Amino acid sequence: MSLNTFMQHLSNGLALGSLYALIAIGYTMVYGILRLINFAHGDIFMVSTYIVFYSVTLFLMPWWVAFVVAILLTGAFGILVERLAYRSLRNSPKISVMISAIGASYLIQNLAIVIFGGRPKAFPIPEFFNKVVYINTISIPVANFFIPGITIAALVILLYIVNKTKTGMAMRAVSRDYEAARLMGINVDTIISITFFMGSVLAALGGIMWGIKYPNLIPLMGLMPGLKAFIAAVIGGIGNIKGAVVGGFLLGMSEIMLIAFLPSMTGYRDAFAFVILIVILLIKPSGLLGENLAEKV
Amino acid sequence: MKKENKIRIGLIILVISILTILNFTLGNYQLRILNLAGIYVVLGLSLNLINGFAGLFSLGHAGFMAIGAYTSALLTMSAAQKQSNFFVKPIVPWLANVELPFLPAMLIGGIVAAILGALIAAPILRLRDDYLAIATLGFSEIIRVIFTNTMSLTNGALGLKGLTRYTNVQYSWGIAIITIIFMFSLRRSSYGKAFMAIREDEVAAESMGIALFKHKLLAFTIGSFFAGIGGALLAHLMGTIDPLMFRFLMTFNVLLIVVLGGIGSITGTVISAVVVTFSMEALRFLDGTINLGFMVIESVPGMRMVLFSILLMLVVLFYQNGLMGRDEITIESMRRFYRKNIKKGAKS
Repeated sequence: MSLNTFMQHLSNGLALGSLYALIAIGYTMVYGILRLINFAHGDIFMVSTYIVFYSVTLFLMPWWVAFVVAILLTGAFGILVERLAYRSLRNSPKISVMISAIGASYLIQNLAIVIFGGRPKAFPIPEFFNKVVYINTISIPVANFFIPGITIAALVILLYIVNKTKTGMAMRAVSRDYEAARLMGINVDTIISITFFMGSVLAALGGIMWGIKYPNLIPLMGLMPGLKAFIAAVIGGIGNIKGAVVGGFLLGMSEIMLIAFLPSMTGYRDAFAFVILIVILLIKPSGLLGENLAEKV
Repeated sequence: MKKENKIRIGLIILVISILTILNFTLGNYQLRILNLAGIYVVLGLSLNLINGFAGLFSLGHAGFMAIGAYTSALLTMSAAQKQSNFFVKPIVPWLANVELPFLPAMLIGGIVAAILGALIAAPILRLRDDYLAIATLGFSEIIRVIFTNTMSLTNGALGLKGLTRYTNVQYSWGIAIITIIFMFSLRRSSYGKAFMAIREDEVAAESMGIALFKHKLLAFTIGSFFAGIGGALLAHLMGTIDPLMFRFLMTFNVLLIVVLGGIGSITGTVISAVVVTFSMEALRFLDGTINLGFMVIESVPGMRMVLFSILLMLVVLFYQNGLMGRDEITIESMRRFYRKNIKKGAKS
């Protein structure tokens, strides 16, 4: 393999890893607070790409306005999903909440098929991201630089919010002990809404960049990236934001490298992530950076 | 013979004779749906055993169905059928000339699914709740991906076409009735009681001397066996199988049946399997153009599934126990119901 192709694979791996990381953060934040796998997260991601598509093609917005609109609307959509599907089940058995999450995911997918149509649509890529940069003989698309950059920026902002602000402190308190946080005067419902908002905003960011990199929109496009991002969150240690990012990069990179070095295994690409998941769950269920929690009797 | 048993046998004979009458009077299309209902009873009960009795939240049903379907289909296909199917890449030689009747092929399909289920379950049963769900979902996806890629064994994404349609009412409902009886007697047995103890509280069950791993593995294996049988029946009803059939959608349909019927209830699952299958067919008009007289709604494919997802959400949000909760319709409960409502009504 020449240096050129290897560098291209490396940059593709970084970009895919960033996308997984952005989506994984949403899973990990929600899991940290509610102990719930938000199955609908991948579909929230899918909705964001369609919002961009319709903002640009139907409402003729310039691309950057469309991006901002998509990010805000997706955040609101995340809050809506939590209100409708999870809030009334907060004290129900785990299995009910999980079925509700699966149901919500399924409902969004089917609504998307009805509203957006099953035929693939092309994501409107801004001219700017379509260029290719040449370093000596190595050609790398501009998007491959932007995607990791924006991911790192988003991560820094997120870590600042979680660690330094009052809201972030409240979020950490809720995830540590839900009842005690409520007794301390924290409005748990608001904090959960904020968590869903932030997770969905990151999913929208991921969705937009996914659209730039893979501009083929279908209503079921959220399924696989969603599952893989969840796997990334588990690899890093679910509930841990940095872990989700590490897991995302690890998964994205190893997936691209698998295809790069073993092209005959390309068909097994989707199975590969699940194999990693099962191996991680068996060896270290708390993930790479996660803390061990024993069950209380 | 006890009176209860007499009533039971009478009921079974009644059901069988109704099915026999239906078998001779219904058209092809209706028969197909009746068969499908029977198959969904088997599938729903097997998932109910894993999710409802043993409390293991598994989302891998479609994978085990795929194994049962493919195994049985490859065994029943004649050499000529195989040759016409595997035109891209020839089939592996050791399977090329195997041809078995339907019943043994189906049983082998179930057994292979059970063996694989046990192999998969052994490592992942250490996980609990949502991790278990994701891991089982992962395995079912892995199975599907493998089936898509092994051209010389499963014919890959092209699938297997032109299977002989062996599944008839005798097979589908015969096996459904056997499954129902099996589930009832399993639940009465010490194994069934151990499953339910594990469901209620693992730690308490373990301290009462129940071997957790053994019982979980057993529940998972039996569930996979019936899933494989259901898959085999489905394959020989449809006549065509391909890996896309066994996506998560398939697990979702079975889960829908179990949740609507009440997780943990056998009769609930049976009723909801029949109702869901028939309504899925009856609501097919939703996907087409609807003429309301004063206005015509353009056809929107997918409307039916939207309705079903909303239904699932509503049940989970507002009616968590489903149709039956964990109760059953038994002879005893019907007698009690009769005494409570009908006799009282007659007196007043």
